[in-house]
Amino acid sequence: MIEARQLTKTFRDKKRGEIVAAEDITFRVSPGQIYGLLGANGAGKTTTLRMLATLLQPSRGGATVAGFDIVRDAAKVRAHVGFLAASTALYGRLTAREMIAYFGRLNGLTGAQIKARTQQLAADLEMDEFLDRRCDKFSTGMKQKTSIARTLVHDPAVMIFDEPTLGLDVIAARTIVRFVRDCRNRGKTVIYSTHVMSEVEKLCDVVGIIHGGKLLAEGTLPELRARTGETDVEEIFVKTVGGDQP
Amino acid sequence: MNWTNIATIYTKELRDMLRDRRTLLSMIIIPTLVMPAIMALVAFISFKVVREARATAPTVMVIGGDDSPAVRAALGANDKVKIVPAAPDWKRQISDKKVRAAVELPPGFDAVLARGAPAAVKIYNYEGEMRSAFAVSELRRFFNDYRDREIAARLDRRGLPPELVKPFELKTENVAPPEKVGGNVIGGLIPYLFILLAFTGAMYPAMDLTAGEKERGTMETILCSPVARIDLVLGKFLMVLTASLGTVLFSLLSMTLTFLAGGSLFAKFGGAAAAGAAKTAAAAGPALPALDPLGLIAVLGMVIPVAVLFSAVLLAVSLFAKSFKEAQSYVSPLIIVIILPAVVGMLPGVELNAKLALVPILNVSLVSKELVSGVWQWSYLALIFGSTCLYAAAALGLAVKMFQREDVIFRS
Repeated sequence: MIEARQLTKTFRDKKRGEIVAAEDITFRVSPGQIYGLLGANGAGKTTTLRMLATLLQPSRGGATVAGFDIVRDAAKVRAHVGFLAASTALYGRLTAREMIAYFGRLNGLTGAQIKARTQQLAADLEMDEFLDRRCDKFSTGMKQKTSIARTLVHDPAVMIFDEPTLGLDVIAARTIVRFVRDCRNRGKTVIYSTHVMSEVEKLCDVVGIIHGGKLLAEGTLPELRARTGETDVEEIFVKTVGGDQP
Repeated sequence: MNWTNIATIYTKELRDMLRDRRTLLSMIIIPTLVMPAIMALVAFISFKVVREARATAPTVMVIGGDDSPAVRAALGANDKVKIVPAAPDWKRQISDKKVRAAVELPPGFDAVLARGAPAAVKIYNYEGEMRSAFAVSELRRFFNDYRDREIAARLDRRGLPPELVKPFELKTENVAPPEKVGGNVIGGLIPYLFILLAFTGAMYPAMDLTAGEKERGTMETILCSPVARIDLVLGKFLMVLTASLGTVLFSLLSMTLTFLAGGSLFAKFGGAAAAGAAKTAAAAGPALPALDPLGLIAVLGMVIPVAVLFSAVLLAVSLFAKSFKEAQSYVSPLIIVIILPAVVGMLPGVELNAKLALVPILNVSLVSKELVSGVWQWSYLALIFGSTCLYAAAALGLAVKMFQREDVIFRS
């Protein structure tokens, strides 16, 4: 379960003064549901998700993730969250097995638990072939699988994806999309940010359209279609954010 | 603070670092092999140059003295200088290093001496040039001897004892133990090297573990884990400290071995040369200065809080950078800041006092000079160790604070 209540983040910039990156973002994601955060670059998606993952502290408002407050119980939130972003890379000089074990240990797993979990993840993600090779020699697909294994090692109840398919080829992107669906099927609470309209159609149960730091519209795709009178997701998005102008 | 997490992070960083060729190069290979090799090479070349210069007699021109066969014959018989025929452009020849020195004899020098009248012999040289200096010292020695012989002959002719002109002998003798002499000679150099190595050893890992991780995107990955930021900083800090102290230890070890091996070679080489070429070659092989080994260990002890200070400062500074390259541009000028107080500590005449004992780096540099000479000033040692620990703790506090600042971690 994710519950965001008026999440707001302001940054201070020397040249531009105070910047509101996210303003009064309120939404709720239930277990077994994928919430899609749709927005253009700079809309506030990453800031919102980083606040939920406790990487950033909200300036105002708050949220509970997996039953824990993101400010008061930040470490507990992280222990129940798997965070995967295009910007979360692997340690190149570690092997995939070492990478999984490292994050397992940091999540408080015992040696035996890590061993069992690695075996299971390697089988699920078909990683056996490259499990003991160094990450810097991996193809994009191998890197994605290792990253997925890293986020799943502690079997988190909540998954946060921040544009995970950014810069990936079709095959690697499909691996991610399949994995996100798997998460929902296993009853995890999933939030997924993207600016790719087709992914929203394929994956998301509920869509929130974010623009200029504000959540402008929210609902299932049929609801949004009915509200805007448009059928195409791109048209829905453009109409919601107020035209083609940035 | 969770020590299990700190240990997990430290172990991972250590493994990561040991797999990185660049770190191994800066931490182990350069201090262990390259530094002593360079030192040995420089010592060998300078030793060889000096020995060769001493072995070949410098060319000397005698101006005038055609009417004084006695002194010319004595000069000609001296195999420490090679007399070349006089030429009118002798000044230019000295400047061009074709001739090392010239000696000008006054007209009728032999006759003037026989009369007992005053006379002046003039030596011309190329100041600051090594072979010219050898020629001058040889000519001085020759003419001093020549004068002494003349005095002895004059006294003898008058039936007077030699003590008349030499009422007493003047001798100097060193009473300081060899380690004190050594401490004075190279005592400043050792802590200077340690301080510099503690810094350079910490530099690369500090940048790699902060700005490097930001650049590669692994910083965000690790921040997603439940580990507290303070544990993350401490794990990384311990790794940087390991690299810093490791560099110092590796270089100390290899320098000691080079010193011991070099010392025995030196003794052998110097001894053989002395047997072959009499006094001059023996003078070329100076004895290696001795150091107090206990003092050396104490210097290492004093360097530990300095290494802590460096590691923490470097972590804090590099974390601010967005990329490895940016971190390099912040860290490189710091080397000057480190070198300056260490160099001041090496200068002769700068001595420890209560105020200087509070100046970071300089204080360690100064007290180390005393330590390797076997002088233990306990109150200063406590003051310096304490104040350096305090600075180190403040720097570590700064590093922890930096890791908690969102605008530093996610600076874009």
